[in-house]
Amino acid sequence: MAQKRVTLPLTDEKVQYLKAGDRVLLSGDVYAARDTTHKRLMERIEVNEELPIQLEGEVIYYVGPTPAKPGQIIGSAGPTTSGRMDKYTPALLSRGLKGMIGKGYRNDEVKAAIQTYNAVYFAAIGGSGALLSKKIQFETIVVYEDLGPEAIRRLTINDFPVTVINDCYGNDWYEQAAEVYQKGKL
Amino acid sequence: MRDIHVDTITENVVAMCQSASFDLGDDMIRAFQSSLKTEKSEIGQDVLTQLLDNAEIAEQERIPMCQDTGVAVFFIEMGYDCKITGGDLYDAINQGVSQGYGDGYLRQSIVRDPLDRKNTGDNTPAITYVEMVEGDQLRIRFTAKGGGAENMSRLQMLKPSDGLEGIEDFVMESVRLAGPNACPPMIVGVGIGGSFEKSAYIAKKSLLRPVGERHEEERIASLEEEWMEKCNRLGIGPQGMGGTTTALDVKIEVHPCHIAALPVAVNIQCHANRHKEVTL
Repeated sequence: MAQKRVTLPLTDEKVQYLKAGDRVLLSGDVYAARDTTHKRLMERIEVNEELPIQLEGEVIYYVGPTPAKPGQIIGSAGPTTSGRMDKYTPALLSRGLKGMIGKGYRNDEVKAAIQTYNAVYFAAIGGSGALLSKKIQFETIVVYEDLGPEAIRRLTINDFPVTVINDCYGNDWYEQAAEVYQKGKL
Repeated sequence: MRDIHVDTITENVVAMCQSASFDLGDDMIRAFQSSLKTEKSEIGQDVLTQLLDNAEIAEQERIPMCQDTGVAVFFIEMGYDCKITGGDLYDAINQGVSQGYGDGYLRQSIVRDPLDRKNTGDNTPAITYVEMVEGDQLRIRFTAKGGGAENMSRLQMLKPSDGLEGIEDFVMESVRLAGPNACPPMIVGVGIGGSFEKSAYIAKKSLLRPVGERHEEERIASLEEEWMEKCNRLGIGPQGMGGTTTALDVKIEVHPCHIAALPVAVNIQCHANRHKEVTL
């Protein structure tokens, strides 16, 4: 199966090259962040405070890894359900965030914001955290260490396998793919 | 009366918590392999292949197959003729979870207060149900229930007049809404009847039955098969990427209920279907 290779950070050109249904191998740095972390970032945005991370061209991976065993870079590290971050995502996209990696549906506001800000939403395989941990070469906690698995981490990924779900053209791979295999009256 | 010391319970719980995260059951491996043969979509086949690889890495390297190592849920069957000595059953289980998750480098996913959301740091408290049964043995069944699929679970108080058709519509709607969020291929646990909370309990309990094993009652067994086929016609496929494998199984349990009531609960289980059990 054909795969595209993309190096991070993302640019407008790289985003435009990606279409819903594309299998992509991502390499470069991403931020790991999830529920409570997003809530904290949002609270700062609401009072116009500077964020602890720069979002321009960045990709956020929705992940809360297991603790690394001695000698390991990171523990199990698969994607968590993205929809829980929907409430916060448009604001982050408006501040330069270019991509998200997670799994599952996004709401209409997020899909619209992905088009407006020329961004992209990727899915990784949920529940394949052991396999995906092998694609992570470096991990460091950036901020919010008190949140444990929810702390913001900087991860260096290499040939990390994802599929484009929502592209900047308004396509949704979950909808398109299901239609192909849907059979009979349900 | 047979004595069972709490330390024995704790030791077994430690082992079960860790093994559940590292060793996917044979029923699941067989289910992945057989759906790989029938799956129509190429991307779906690719996902199933990666899930098999993932299970192998987890088992060999003792890394959790999924980073969401779940909330620890225990279904205990305690014989009338056995006696717990040296302490409290619930404490023994919680201690086993704390140690099992800590020493196993499993993720601590429990917050003490659902509003303040401060992590308890040791994945306790576990959720423990105890039923009394005949005999002098203690059967401990454990499931590590991940948040993604659990979040897609639903319960509805239907009207008796809604009947089987109403139940089926609710089940299919639940699977469709869960879609890629529930990490398909999924296992669908359905609890019909009982009361509001009993339907949810039996829905979750139904998931303890190994994948591929049908209900002992013919009528329920054929419903399980029929609904599984219907789930697989939704087109959702592995990880929602499209395909013919949306559910690996549908499990149904029924319970008597009030003349005015028809509660139905759907408890969705992702493919990281972690169950372990031991009888002491």
